[in-house]
Amino acid sequence: MRQRLPVILFALVMAAVPFIPGMPPFWIVLLDNIGLSALVAMGLVLLTGVGGLTSFGQAAFCGFGAYTTAVLTTAYGVSPWLTLPLSLLVSGLFAVVLGIVTVRLSGHYLPLGTIAWGLGLFYLFSKLEFLGRNDGISQIPPLAIGSLKMIAPDTIYFAIWAAVILCASLTMNLLDSRTGRAIRALRRGHVAAEAFGIKPPQAKLLVFIYAAVLAGLSGWLYAHFQRAVNPTPFGAEAGIEYLFVAVIGGAGYVWGGVLGAAIAVILKEVLQDYLPYLLHSESQLETIVFGMLLVLLLQLAPGGVWPWLMRRLPLRPDRKRADPSLVLPPRERPAAASGTLLRIEHARKQFGGVVAVNDVSFGVDAREIVALIGPNGAGKSTTFNLITGVLSASAGTISLLGRTLRGASPQDITQLGVSRTFQHVKLIADMTVLENVAIGAHLRGNAGALASMLRLDRGDEARLLAEAARQIERVGLAGQAHMLAGSLSLGQQRIVEIARALCADPVLLLLDEPAAGLRHMEKQRLAALLRELRDGGMSVLLVEHDMGFVMNLADRVVVLDFGTKIAEGTPAAIKANPDVIRAYLGAVA
Amino acid sequence: MNTTIVLFLLQDGITNGAIYALLGLALVLVFAVTRVILIPQGEFVTYGALTYATLASGQVPGTAHLVLAMGIAAFGLDLLMRRRTLRLGSVGRSLAINIILPAAILALTLALTGKETPIAINIALSLLIVGAIGLFLYRIAFAPIAHTSVLVLLIAAVGCHLALQGIGLVFFGAEGQRGPPLSNAAFTIAPLRFSGQSIAVYAVTLALIAGLWLLFSFTLYGKALRATAVNRLGARLVGIRTAMSGQIAFLLAAVIGAISGILIVPITTLYYDTGFLIGLKGFVAAIIGGLVSYPLTAVAALFVGIIEAFSSFYASNFKEVIVFALIIPVLLWRSLATPAADEEDD
Repeated sequence: MRQRLPVILFALVMAAVPFIPGMPPFWIVLLDNIGLSALVAMGLVLLTGVGGLTSFGQAAFCGFGAYTTAVLTTAYGVSPWLTLPLSLLVSGLFAVVLGIVTVRLSGHYLPLGTIAWGLGLFYLFSKLEFLGRNDGISQIPPLAIGSLKMIAPDTIYFAIWAAVILCASLTMNLLDSRTGRAIRALRRGHVAAEAFGIKPPQAKLLVFIYAAVLAGLSGWLYAHFQRAVNPTPFGAEAGIEYLFVAVIGGAGYVWGGVLGAAIAVILKEVLQDYLPYLLHSESQLETIVFGMLLVLLLQLAPGGVWPWLMRRLPLRPDRKRADPSLVLPPRERPAAASGTLLRIEHARKQFGGVVAVNDVSFGVDAREIVALIGPNGAGKSTTFNLITGVLSASAGTISLLGRTLRGASPQDITQLGVSRTFQHVKLIADMTVLENVAIGAHLRGNAGALASMLRLDRGDEARLLAEAARQIERVGLAGQAHMLAGSLSLGQQRIVEIARALCADPVLLLLDEPAAGLRHMEKQRLAALLRELRDGGMSVLLVEHDMGFVMNLADRVVVLDFGTKIAEGTPAAIKANPDVIRAYLGAVA
Repeated sequence: MNTTIVLFLLQDGITNGAIYALLGLALVLVFAVTRVILIPQGEFVTYGALTYATLASGQVPGTAHLVLAMGIAAFGLDLLMRRRTLRLGSVGRSLAINIILPAAILALTLALTGKETPIAINIALSLLIVGAIGLFLYRIAFAPIAHTSVLVLLIAAVGCHLALQGIGLVFFGAEGQRGPPLSNAAFTIAPLRFSGQSIAVYAVTLALIAGLWLLFSFTLYGKALRATAVNRLGARLVGIRTAMSGQIAFLLAAVIGAISGILIVPITTLYYDTGFLIGLKGFVAAIIGGLVSYPLTAVAALFVGIIEAFSSFYASNFKEVIVFALIIPVLLWRSLATPAADEEDD
């Protein structure tokens, strides 16, 4: 409830604004415009700031919403309230079509692609006969409740701001959930997300549609506010403007979108009103000053105004309390205490002419710690990627519990009980340790986006967070659970990755250089933890360069050199093996 | 469809395409070196064209004053940044580049206005003015945020585009302008008439492409630019001043933009805001070239020009829709052909 308080307060203030005596009507018009812009910016916050998908085309989705209701209410006399779901549906459907193409675009193709279809759609709006070409459509009926027609800016004001506050709440709910974490994980690259069962294309499409529907809602409101539509507000310039509204406000923050809209709308208005008096000129001086101020603002606060403001306010974010009594159902484990868990037979991986892994075979038994060692470039990480499905083997078979993993996606393999950490830590720096670790439990929850938005996911969510808290405590980082992952030392971040992997309740844990960057005591604690896990029924396969650590911990050691297995055996046997000594130290002269 | 029309459309498309190719090359260059998606590229086109046209009509273009204003701002910024380590040498150098150079350009412009100056002088002066604007634009707007994300740089570029376009309106007015052609010669091959201007477009495009290739392959500066493009940090470690690379890239882009503008202003009337759309078509080409490949960009630009010419003939209402819709399948193909690298080193 405490985190709801500012929102409720804000809603009350906004509701009271039109009743302030002597409130200039023009200010209400400005507030209406801010609200319309904020809706679109909020979608962009989710799409660009959180999901990392830059879109210049949001104005086109406003256009779909606005034109849908304009055509239906004027040409077919449909009631505006009936066109609301249709406007959202049309925006959403076009988002599905464009999104399927767009979210597959990688890197810089993505924003450029959105510029392209944004422009294309703008020209389409201005050329189609039934949309009124450049003149657009006028005489759109106003929104009405009973006999109350929302014609005046101070009546439609309530519709606009109710939509803004409702959507902001829904968006914040969405971000603070299982689905929200999946969306926030997108920016960190797809390998880490996939390793915990997140499907990046689906998550991207979801935010794309969500942002489009918000834009469609803004367009629908716009059409009934202006009571006329033409192509201009849905063109490339508008699309660019929405994006910088989001960036000015702070692209990662829902309320940043609202703040950005306020800054942009008010700034433009002030410039338009006062500049001509100051400089006695009729030209478009406000664009010049607006552009310059934008550049200046980015130089002073590249992260946007909202986070800059929050740092200066004595507000502390709510800490999530995990309820330790909640548990997730554990995975069914193979009953047998012995037997082979993972079997790699004649695995081979070729990159062009380079054979990174050459005909490697070994196995990992249940309740066993196996270490994979070898000099740099021996093919250890490639072997990991083959097991986890990040890469597919050129030849050979890999099987888990007797099931061949050929063609299985990383998500499938995670589902089967293989969980991993990364050589280069892949945490989301601006999320807390608790939230990062909870991503590991992604596949153990089932709340979807809609349930999250409506807060129907709380039971599911509490169980996931409880599991995350339990694993954090297990690895000894309970004191850091509410710190941002990026603020931890590299060694601690590696441990967080282990907690995240444990959250998936794996039968086989793959650790890529877990001891790198750890201090002596931390290494000893890590070794103790891994032994405890093994004794609890888990198997561990680890790549590690610290020989002291490996030889004291592993039950068995596999040695790779130039992609080929050169030895396998107990730590003692490996230490004495002449081939291994030669690989590490060079030929004995 | 008759052959004459096809040939005519092809010729038209290739002329436009050559311009898009130049702009596409400049965009690729700037993006590779600075990670800035140069939205204001179109303004360089307009500024170049209209500065040239204004000079030709015997007036002082406002851009000459803008150079000095931007130079003063850059000088102020330099002093502010180095306020703790001010030395006479560095201040002197900054003064020479940021104050004396633009003041000299302005003085030269004022001295030459009103006289019957040959076209070559007007062109050289226009390039000097717009090149200096490009140089200072990087210094003022982008150098202070060079380390931030592509998105922030992009938004800053949008800000620059808005400001420059507005300034363009102040300087050149809302009226369109045309400039004198480089050559009035013309000849005819079969049904096609080649004007000296279109030949100049082809020749300059080819020369610039060759020039860029020589620059990047055989000069130290070119190699420094490429090194910066590949790895900023690595370039700095071997002693390349990446801020300098950024300025050179912007200078080149501005000059290329201005050349494109000067080439087209005798053919079509240019308004203060025409550059944006022309620049965007250069974008389409640059995107098809993947923002990395110069030859592919050039070929793609010709393709865009030709598609535009044909669609303006057969479906003129939907010309822009077709040109911009065209790149979606290309983008998709490029995205699928080059599997997404894990975006971990952003």
